[in-house]
Amino acid sequence: MSATDIHDPNRRDFLYVATGTAAVVGAGAFAWPFIDQMRPDASTLALASVEVDVSSLTPGMSLIVKWRGRPVVVRNRTEQEMKDGEAVKLSDLKDPIARNANLPADAPATDANRTTPGKEAWMVMVQVCTHLGCIPLGQEGDFGGWFCPCHGSQYDTAGRIRKGPAPENMAVPVFKFVSDTKILIG
Amino acid sequence: MSEGHSTYTPKTGLGRWFDARMPLPRLVYDSFVAYPVPRNLNYAWTFGGILSIMLVAQILTGIVLAMHYTADTNLAFDSVEKIMRDVNSGWLLRYLHSNGASFFFVAVYIHIFRGLYYGSYKAPRELLWILGCIIYLLMMATGFMGYVLPWGQMSFWGATVITGFFSAIPLVGDWIQQLLLGGFAVDNPTLNRFFSLHYLLPFMIAGVVVLHVWALHVVGQSNPTGIEVKSKTDTVAFTPYATIKDAFGMIVFLFFFAYFVFYLPNYLGHPDNYTVANPLKTPAHIVPEWYFLPFYAILRAITFNVGPINSKLGGVLCMFGAIAMLFLVPWLDTSKVRSAVYRPWYKLFFWLFVADAILLGWLGSQPAEGSFVFMAQMATLFYFAFFLIALPVLGLIETPRRLPNSITEAVLEKNKGGSGHPAGATAAPETKG
Repeated sequence: MSATDIHDPNRRDFLYVATGTAAVVGAGAFAWPFIDQMRPDASTLALASVEVDVSSLTPGMSLIVKWRGRPVVVRNRTEQEMKDGEAVKLSDLKDPIARNANLPADAPATDANRTTPGKEAWMVMVQVCTHLGCIPLGQEGDFGGWFCPCHGSQYDTAGRIRKGPAPENMAVPVFKFVSDTKILIG
Repeated sequence: MSEGHSTYTPKTGLGRWFDARMPLPRLVYDSFVAYPVPRNLNYAWTFGGILSIMLVAQILTGIVLAMHYTADTNLAFDSVEKIMRDVNSGWLLRYLHSNGASFFFVAVYIHIFRGLYYGSYKAPRELLWILGCIIYLLMMATGFMGYVLPWGQMSFWGATVITGFFSAIPLVGDWIQQLLLGGFAVDNPTLNRFFSLHYLLPFMIAGVVVLHVWALHVVGQSNPTGIEVKSKTDTVAFTPYATIKDAFGMIVFLFFFAYFVFYLPNYLGHPDNYTVANPLKTPAHIVPEWYFLPFYAILRAITFNVGPINSKLGGVLCMFGAIAMLFLVPWLDTSKVRSAVYRPWYKLFFWLFVADAILLGWLGSQPAEGSFVFMAQMATLFYFAFFLIALPVLGLIETPRRLPNSITEAVLEKNKGGSGHPAGATAAPETKG
């Protein structure tokens, strides 16, 4: 391992590779803050929970609250809407997964699984179309649920995608009833 | 001209002093005075020059608008209204800038269709063509981000929909979308970074334009016959012939531009963008700027899943694929003949493609329901069939018309032995024949 051994090609190669590697790692480390600064900042990430008073909602009424910059709809469904939702066969669904953050990731998208036990009349859902993020209009479209005006996606009374380009059912966020008239979202 | 035989001779002592140290005047002389251009260029060839002045105009008006604009979600909309009402000549500068973007795209679409018609992308001009495609992509990014800045309803929802494309990417899509937005939805961080990038990108366009012109001057211009320049009689000097012709083209183009700026300033915009952005309410009918409509129609046409690819990813892939087709054109076209003038079948398919692109644009402006969806699906199918079937197959089965031996011969043939005056050679061969 003499320092003057210039006839050893492996030693020279090692230096090239080591220098090159250091340069690549250095460039990557230098680039990272420039990428990292684009991610959501601390104030955006501070995940606020929202408490909603739903005592004023009689069946057939909805309200919208803003959570994480996006609208969450709370709807007290009518008898007819619940019946329509329960009547749908799973095989008719474009997306058979419940997309309910309170349930396992593979729960089937039954009407009950889109709501919370004992409060099946209540839909709590991020009212953002799973296609490209528009806000669907409530109680419109062929299925009596939601209709997205942007690209024509149609959701049923349980917020499940039935027709149009959206790939998934609208997301049910983490939520619970803290009392009969209060919901905690997030 | 890179051929190396410069004919520039400085006439003054200062000119010689400069030439020996930094031969910039020589470069300008060789590129824009003595540079030989084919003698038969028609008015379709003036759009390169038109695009150059549109870029300069957009940068100029943009820089002064930025002096009055505030990139903050609470202030952006009002600051634009302030430009319109309070800033001296602000209304004019803003209308020049917003309509300038539209006319920039008018010119680039004519420029692209001219390239497709005359086969300008064929060897040795592939790189020239690809640099043009890159400029087009940068223009789309710049136009999109500029439209977000006034923070109206269409700004906000257009940004939501377009950044939503990235969430279709499997696994990392949501992460990338949040990286672009700086949050979970379009908000203040998004507006700030879009403003920064909207200011940066035009200068990147200018850089790629330099490469585009460089590549052009290495291979020389194509021409309506598609035959390479063979002798000195095939060309005329850039100045005065091309300079004057380009200048006249610019004046006519700017006439239309000025008509829109002064008489129809909001015709190409959308009234909803004069309503301040509301994250909780989507407008009844979202449309992007008119120059994105064909791609928007393709995006919405995919309403069905294909195997593991769901409809959303499929739509996004088709939309980006529609743009990617342009990059592949030099290798998709198998014909040995460049110009559609001598390719009867290609000429037919070219015009069908133009009609298809316009149809897609119209469908993009219509609601995505009923028969519009089916029409958009058929038009999308034709769009891809043009590139993936018509271009490769026509080159193999089509019998082209007889090509003239040279540009000079083509010009003299059209003029029926009339004067060899270059002005007579300027009309498009197909309109004269």
